[in-house]
Amino acid sequence: MASAEAVDAPVTLSHHDSFAAKALRVLARLPVQIALIVLGLLWLIPTLGLFLTSILPAQAFTVKGWWQIFSKPSLATWENYRMVLHNHAITHSLWTTLEIAVGNTVLVVLIGSLAGYALAWLDFPARDWIFLFVIALMVVPLQMALIPMFNLYNHLSLYDTVLGIILFHTAFGLPFAIFLLRNFFVGIPRDIFESARIDGASEARIFFRLVLPLGLPAIASLAIFQFLWTWNDLIVALTFGQTVQPITVAIFSNLRQFGANIDLIAPASFISLLVPLVVFFAFQRYFVQGLLAGSVK
Amino acid sequence: MTTSAGITVESPPPAAPPSASEPGRSRRYGVGTLFLLPAFVILGVWIAYPTVYTIFRSFFSASGGHFVWFDNYKTLFTTSSLTTAIKNNLIWVLVVPAFVTSIGLVFAVLIEKISWALAFKTAVFLPMAISAFATGVTWRIMYVQDPNLGAVNALGRVFVDAVTPPGVLQDALPSTPQLTGSAQTGMKLSTPLHPGSGEALLGLTGIPPDGMPAGSTQAITPKPGPAQITGTVWRDFKPGGGKPGVVEKGELGIPGVTVQLVNSDGHVVQTQPSADNGSFVFKGVTPGTYTTGISAGTFAKPWAGFAWLGTKLITPSLIIAYIWIWAGFAMVVIAAGLAAMPRDVLEAARTDGGTEWQVFRRVTVPLLWPVLTVVLVTMIINVLKVFDLVITLAPGSSQDAANVIALAMWRTSFGGINDFGVGSAIAVFLFLLVIPILLLNIRNFRREN
Repeated sequence: MASAEAVDAPVTLSHHDSFAAKALRVLARLPVQIALIVLGLLWLIPTLGLFLTSILPAQAFTVKGWWQIFSKPSLATWENYRMVLHNHAITHSLWTTLEIAVGNTVLVVLIGSLAGYALAWLDFPARDWIFLFVIALMVVPLQMALIPMFNLYNHLSLYDTVLGIILFHTAFGLPFAIFLLRNFFVGIPRDIFESARIDGASEARIFFRLVLPLGLPAIASLAIFQFLWTWNDLIVALTFGQTVQPITVAIFSNLRQFGANIDLIAPASFISLLVPLVVFFAFQRYFVQGLLAGSVK
Repeated sequence: MTTSAGITVESPPPAAPPSASEPGRSRRYGVGTLFLLPAFVILGVWIAYPTVYTIFRSFFSASGGHFVWFDNYKTLFTTSSLTTAIKNNLIWVLVVPAFVTSIGLVFAVLIEKISWALAFKTAVFLPMAISAFATGVTWRIMYVQDPNLGAVNALGRVFVDAVTPPGVLQDALPSTPQLTGSAQTGMKLSTPLHPGSGEALLGLTGIPPDGMPAGSTQAITPKPGPAQITGTVWRDFKPGGGKPGVVEKGELGIPGVTVQLVNSDGHVVQTQPSADNGSFVFKGVTPGTYTTGISAGTFAKPWAGFAWLGTKLITPSLIIAYIWIWAGFAMVVIAAGLAAMPRDVLEAARTDGGTEWQVFRRVTVPLLWPVLTVVLVTMIINVLKVFDLVITLAPGSSQDAANVIALAMWRTSFGGINDFGVGSAIAVFLFLLVIPILLLNIRNFRREN
């Protein structure tokens, strides 16, 4: 649009004109700009509030909310964080969270890629029916499995184990994983596989040497989603864990005395939120890609 | 079965005629099965088997010993906390997808015109990365009721105070029998006054120690000039007691009190605020008999804030926090759809003289409709399953009022009641609600192929 105007305008006047036009355009957009600044801040305030709450001593909250830090910056302290990081229950639960998130991510990526590749490129009976079945499983609410698996876990001694929680997440992550990866793998030119087969490569070799590297963009999106999904989970761990507590469950048990435990709840919640935030900023592109692949069917 | 036979050009030819005699074929059947096996086992054991089990289980009693037909479903639709859950979830479904999609659409369209779109996108999208649990904690801090402590009510107070300013005193009692009334109704001094003579002594006691307005100084009673009525509002109390009804040394004036001058007909003819030393002067008073009084507004309680986490407002509060999470998702998906839209169509509409609003209504929205539908459907599924945010943000005392289907399922099964019969019935009910979407997914898939 701007370039079209520049072409139309006589060269001598263009500088003048475009300045006026520019100023006018900026002015016309001012209300939108201001509205968006306000909205953007509005969206940031709650998270900022959590952070500022986490660096204030608990007794500060008898008189004023977290914004008192703007008038009294000297109140800020890392003491809450020091306490939380010396709290064995919390650090242990962070470790548990990491175990669950990484274990689940690896399993979903591996099992999902195998199945996705098979459904995209290998030949066997009822292949499309199986894929349809996987699509159907995508919307099954995990509430459908809580009660039976709770009973089964008690029999199999999987109750209150990291493995039990990982496997439950894996199952409910797989349908989307298979859907995403199968659709991605289908787009890889078939010649690549054909020539590898002609060269005598085994299917296992093709899978590890070709499918996984070529599928990396989709696998990255999937891995980020799975990692965040399990890192942020509450319901599964709350149901199948008792002493095995990821960070969400560990904080959850403190919520009953919300006001009294705020100096633990706020910093611990912020730590739990920091990891997804870092992952999100580091891999924003993949995150959005995965989101689009998952929703725009 | 050739549904996927023509997906795209690159699609593999599944039933493609290849010969059974092809050497690798049986091996590839085997490999395919082998590759699918782990997924098959996990999906079978963790999703397919439990789904069937839960459906059966929903027809059995709490302990599982008796076949009870549809009793659990009857319980689901007759127990008040469970019907509340269904009603609330209906509100969620009706409100949230529409709001999230509209907000996402507006954001996506607006950021097209700004240079810092990425910064805005990041800010709004940020909550998507945060767990619903941490969001619950975050908003619990935002929603604290005391406007001094909770940010939402602190913001609300700015507006409330602008409309109805709080009084200077929280509470007080009259110190003499001539002064009647209370902090709730306002006070009246029965002593008759005439312009140019006499002073109105409005003594107050029973003021909480921290309740004195800032800046008050030693109380003083000014002498009235001609056509004036004067007086003092003061704290009629000093350490050691003091004499009621007399302004003494050591007793403080109360500033900012709204004093009313009332004529013999009972009408308020003038109002004056008291000074730092508690004194006030009514000037230009026409001859007659007057009385004075203190308006009830002086004692107006400061705004206590909305109880966002109380039983009445909890669902709207949850919905606001939920929209805060998901608006970024809608914005990003819709912005991607917008970017993929043919520009020349929009330009053509503009060249034809369409206003921005007309272009938006008649061109942008219809062209985006498939994307908007995707966002709406995704949000309906999400909202039907909402759990983490509700159990975290709603305090225990509000959870019955905040109940939703997924929470009801969990609380019934694992939250102390431990009724696996009714719990299964709730899960099946939830499953039935998402089945239309399941069918929609399958239909879309088959149509695409």
